[in-house]
Amino acid sequence: MDSTAIWLTLRLAVATTTILFVVGLPLAYWLSTARWRGKFLIEALVALPLVLPPTVLGFYILVATGPNSPLGRSYEFVTGKMLPFSFPGILLGSVLFNLPFAVRPFNSAFTGVDRRLVEASWCLGVSRLATFWRIMFPLSWPGILAGLVLTFAHTVGEFGVVLMVGGNIPGVTRTLSISIYDDVQALDYASAGQTALFLVVFSFAVLCVPCLLRRKGWPV
Amino acid sequence: MSRSSRSVSRKGPIQGNLRQEAGKFSITVLFGPSGCGKTTILRCLAGLERLESGAIRLGEATWFDGDQRVFRSPQQRDIGYLFQEYALFPHLTVVQNVAYGLGSSAALERRRRVGEMLDLFGLSELGERYPHQVSGGQQQRIALARVLARRPRLLLLDEPLSALDASLREELRGELRRLLGEFDIPVVMVTHERVEAIALADQVIVLDGGATCQSGTVHDVFTRPADLSVAQIVGVETVELARVLEVREGLATVTVGPVELVALAPAGLSREAYVCIRAEEVVLQRGQAGPSSPRNRLDARVSSIVPEGPLVRVGLDCGFSLTALVTRPASEELGLRVGETVTALLKAPAIHLIPRG
Repeated sequence: MDSTAIWLTLRLAVATTTILFVVGLPLAYWLSTARWRGKFLIEALVALPLVLPPTVLGFYILVATGPNSPLGRSYEFVTGKMLPFSFPGILLGSVLFNLPFAVRPFNSAFTGVDRRLVEASWCLGVSRLATFWRIMFPLSWPGILAGLVLTFAHTVGEFGVVLMVGGNIPGVTRTLSISIYDDVQALDYASAGQTALFLVVFSFAVLCVPCLLRRKGWPV
Repeated sequence: MSRSSRSVSRKGPIQGNLRQEAGKFSITVLFGPSGCGKTTILRCLAGLERLESGAIRLGEATWFDGDQRVFRSPQQRDIGYLFQEYALFPHLTVVQNVAYGLGSSAALERRRRVGEMLDLFGLSELGERYPHQVSGGQQQRIALARVLARRPRLLLLDEPLSALDASLREELRGELRRLLGEFDIPVVMVTHERVEAIALADQVIVLDGGATCQSGTVHDVFTRPADLSVAQIVGVETVELARVLEVREGLATVTVGPVELVALAPAGLSREAYVCIRAEEVVLQRGQAGPSSPRNRLDARVSSIVPEGPLVRVGLDCGFSLTALVTRPASEELGLRVGETVTALLKAPAIHLIPRG
């Protein structure tokens, strides 16, 4: 079993989940409240990774972050490094690819909260931001947690986007699923089997977490 | 100290003027059928919805002014808004709900104020419970305590009794006015229930199709509707078209079909008028009674008898159809039965005429 790959994958999953928590919450909240007529365009854009093959998304990210692109060039100018075939590169790919897995559960959690509770809070003199943290967040927490768990588990099992953007560099971009692919290519079925089994058990455990927490009486 | 509003919504215009004395307790009821824009007006006053034009002022403060582009958010308006289903925060206890809007005051002051409100509303025992663990009537009191704890300058109530079951509604009707009277705050309340409006209101504004049809004291609006649509909205039981025969010394003689009626003559009466008669104004007598003060004595045949709680609604045919509301004992005393003949007595002031054309 490839322990370097396990650590790398966990780092990637934690970082992706954290970023999507920070970026996804406001985006989802905006989507749940905005009355803008063009909103459906953003919704479709967010959902796009659900239907696109990971290779297509990976291809565009690769092109968009390459040394000839404005994004790639400015990144290189600031950090002195290249975005593709690096950890930040696969992190970017992973965040974009997981957008719907975070934003959609967040969004449905927010729309599930009675709008009048929010308005009641405003009328009691509480600011919009404070209303979000005191009313919206606690009441939609189960949905938010579901989105986070889904994002985490999904990142752990990611393959196509990471391979396209990151290639296969041990300790830098070789995640668990790429390591399995590698092992199979090298006919090392024993190692591939171990890693695969780890992934199955781990993913299963992660998906059980919200249910177990709820049973322990957590407000989940 | 006045406040006026005019609003235009997307579905169609809602217009109206609203004035009420600030800093003093009085209840103004916005009354009308559902979908007439009552709640929208309330939401505009709260700042949850924007007017398209016009102004809202409370005392010195301008909350909204379409011309000067002033808009104050709900947070800046000092209002108490009681939502239809109360909108209590389900994840907070009763104490936390009541204390919710007191964030800016010091902890000690906050605790004192919450304790005071819980006492006043009889909720002291329930402090640690959650909203789903208390009854509907208690939920209403918690919601009221929550909005009044902040001492708002204007209280807005959206159908405050509609979420309760009938028996509780009756009990709380009187209670609500007494509780609100403890605070020197003007109240604007929305309802489509006649009984609620009559029991709670000082002034009534009747709305229909987004426009103000009539405003005035409860008694005026409910006994003297300004036009036919108001008469229908406030639920006048008998409305009939009549021909005016003559007007003399402030009294008008009109005919409805074969029947002649004498009523007080309103200004602007010409050839035709609508006759409005409230069911509770009709007095029933057995057989042909001797002469007494009412000017209108009609021979009537009982066409239907429908019990309504302590009252009985009697349908009568006296040349036109008339409805009377009598108490159950009175109905038994008269021995009312379908098909029998009685005398219906109507004082002249009990008949309200709305001039037509």
